[in-house]
Amino acid sequence: MRATEPRIPDLARVTPVDTVGVEERVARFRSRSIKAASKVAGLRLTLSMIDLTTLEGADTPGKVRQLCAKAQHLHERMPDLPTVAAVCVYPTMVSVARDALGDSGIEVASVATAFPSGQAPLSVKLDDTRMAVEAGAAEIDMVIARGAFLAGDYDTVFDEIIAVKAACGDAHLKVILETGELGSLDRVRQASMLAMAAGADFIKTSTGKIQPAATMPVTLTMLHAIRDHYLETGLQVGMKPAGGISNAKLALHYLVMLNETLGAQWMTPRWFRFGASSLANDVLMQLEKQATGRYQSPDYFSKD
Amino acid sequence: MATKSTLAFEPGWQYDPAPESTDHVSLRDSYGLFIDGEFTPAASGKTFETINPATQAPIANVAQAGSEDVDRAVAAARKAYDTVWSKMKPAERGKYVFRIARAIAERAREFAVVESMDGGKPIRESRDIDIPLASAHFFYYAGWADKLDYAFPGVSPKSLGVAGQVIPWNFPLLMAAWKLAPALAAGNTVVLKPAETTPLTALKLAELIADVGLPPGVVNIVTGAGDTGANLVRHPDLDKFAFTGSTAVGRDIMRTLAGTGTPYTLELGGKAANIVLEDAALDQAVEGIVNGIFFNQGHVCCAGSRLLVSEAVAEPLLERLRARIDTLIVGDPLDKNTDIGAINSEAQLARINEYIDIGRAEGADVWQGGSEAPKSGYYCRPTLITDVAQSNRVVQEEIFGPVLTVQTFRTFDEAREKANNTPYGLSGGVWTDKGSRIFKMTGALRAGVVWANTFNKFDPTSPFGGYKESGMGREGGLHGLGAYLDLGMGAGA
Repeated sequence: MRATEPRIPDLARVTPVDTVGVEERVARFRSRSIKAASKVAGLRLTLSMIDLTTLEGADTPGKVRQLCAKAQHLHERMPDLPTVAAVCVYPTMVSVARDALGDSGIEVASVATAFPSGQAPLSVKLDDTRMAVEAGAAEIDMVIARGAFLAGDYDTVFDEIIAVKAACGDAHLKVILETGELGSLDRVRQASMLAMAAGADFIKTSTGKIQPAATMPVTLTMLHAIRDHYLETGLQVGMKPAGGISNAKLALHYLVMLNETLGAQWMTPRWFRFGASSLANDVLMQLEKQATGRYQSPDYFSKD
Repeated sequence: MATKSTLAFEPGWQYDPAPESTDHVSLRDSYGLFIDGEFTPAASGKTFETINPATQAPIANVAQAGSEDVDRAVAAARKAYDTVWSKMKPAERGKYVFRIARAIAERAREFAVVESMDGGKPIRESRDIDIPLASAHFFYYAGWADKLDYAFPGVSPKSLGVAGQVIPWNFPLLMAAWKLAPALAAGNTVVLKPAETTPLTALKLAELIADVGLPPGVVNIVTGAGDTGANLVRHPDLDKFAFTGSTAVGRDIMRTLAGTGTPYTLELGGKAANIVLEDAALDQAVEGIVNGIFFNQGHVCCAGSRLLVSEAVAEPLLERLRARIDTLIVGDPLDKNTDIGAINSEAQLARINEYIDIGRAEGADVWQGGSEAPKSGYYCRPTLITDVAQSNRVVQEEIFGPVLTVQTFRTFDEAREKANNTPYGLSGGVWTDKGSRIFKMTGALRAGVVWANTFNKFDPTSPFGGYKESGMGREGGLHGLGAYLDLGMGAGA
């Protein structure tokens, strides 16, 4: 609960971002060498942070049920694995996923607000959100109105997020900035501050439908914004890079970046998620390699 | 909601050791002087130990050159100049320099490990910066060898003869490359003296030079301490002298060479201002401040050792800077994750600690961050000194360690005045989001190298050198090539 009404931030005063400097910093994160026990710990943490995702026009209840099976049984040959954090689906598939996941502890996340374009009237976006929540989604991934943002109509973007947040009730709100459409890291940082001021519980890079999706420079810029918001207000906001993170090594580099930018408090699925569909199996393959010393064929890892 | 929130980096996800392997490195127990293409003991038979500053363990014994040895080296260089190198076609000379460049790149991994063992710098830096840049310097100057008339049109440039060169311990191989590459490409022969705490990569370079078949005597390497350097600078048969090191020694060299007609270049100390204006991209400025002062443990003559920050952003900037410093890993130079390695020598560590004590005694606030340092070996955690003014010694004097002083300013003019209010003038930095202010500030700084929205970037094509007590002349680029040529306007001008 907020003590005061959300106030729209003055985007002209958001700290500028120098792209060259951001890329240099990212290169430094990527030069970290993660070995032995710290690697296993990082891989297990990665698994626990995954929002296992299917967002296709072709999704069916059968496909979603199979994905939920994968979420609960990542790799039975390795006992004691953590489960993924959530399964992420379209609103029409929420009830299917909710039933399939039962009391596994895995949350159902749903995209909403006319995902992925967000080009619909606010009433439609709010209905979309309410329907997903009523069907059992504990997390809502909304998209911001990029058209309004790029046209300088920040009030519309801000007010929409507040309205969707209200429609979410107790569900957590992840706000997708669709950074691939924003054009610069300065705009990414501004949109991040706007979303957090409006009450986002998480900020998220991308829908996965636009290239580029998540990148390390974009994610670092958003982490810096999260830090600024935290230092200013004391409120912790989560981060979800989504799209394009498909191998374990890259995921570990994201964790290095998180570890060295926001620190220990954020190194948990409560505050960091990977939106990914194929990452889990690569992480499992690396865990097998760490345990047995050998890489196994991809055929030994289930694909759902 | 008014409670102050802070970030916590411990206990975070700690990285396991990731040591660079050393089994591919071949090091001998002892090294002689490299004179006339061969390793020979010093005439006196004297040697000294070079140690690993991270472990304090001896690595090798190295010959200590006396005046006889220096005489022999200069004579070998003179003979090679007269009989081979000055007579060789420039394109052929260029091929030799290209071969050195390629061979360094081929053996980069070994050079990187030896550099970190002998000097204490993190393997990340020796691997990604020192060794590749050393190779790049040879590549760059090799290309000029047969194009000197195009580099300096209309003046018929001529080589000078025998160059004496003395280099410091902070970038041992890179400084050797800065000195050797332009000298050789311009057609001179060389006697080079590496620093006594870090002779090994220069000696490995001597092996490489022999392997690539450079004619004997073109490059001679004499190891030893200050006495050896003094013997070299006083040698009457030099046509050129080049030095990188402390301002105090630079003064001695100027006294010695005054009136002799021998041209010289000096790269000396610095106390650079890194200026953050209120509109800067703060997170990238933080990164630039870290790279400016903690690169190579602050053993950098152009280090951004004085942070000048606008009062309007001082508080948020310092909060972010402290958080960033807390993620720095201080430790084993050979670990791939180490950010800050070992201080180069016991003497240098004592000097740094003395300055930190002076800062405290002057009433400044001293803060140290980063990971805990290993128990043995020479280490200094990254240090911030705040509550200081231009009048404090820690602000005025070069510390040459991972120690940053922090001052605030109110206006652009105050920043400029503070930045220039120093006997040094080697480098400087400015951070602002506004292009026009970059030009205004960089134009106002009396320093040889000024970076905007970055720091400590080096390139063989770019001249490097200082104003005032930071030195004379330039190295790198065409300026650095001209310093090894007679351009018909007074030698070496």
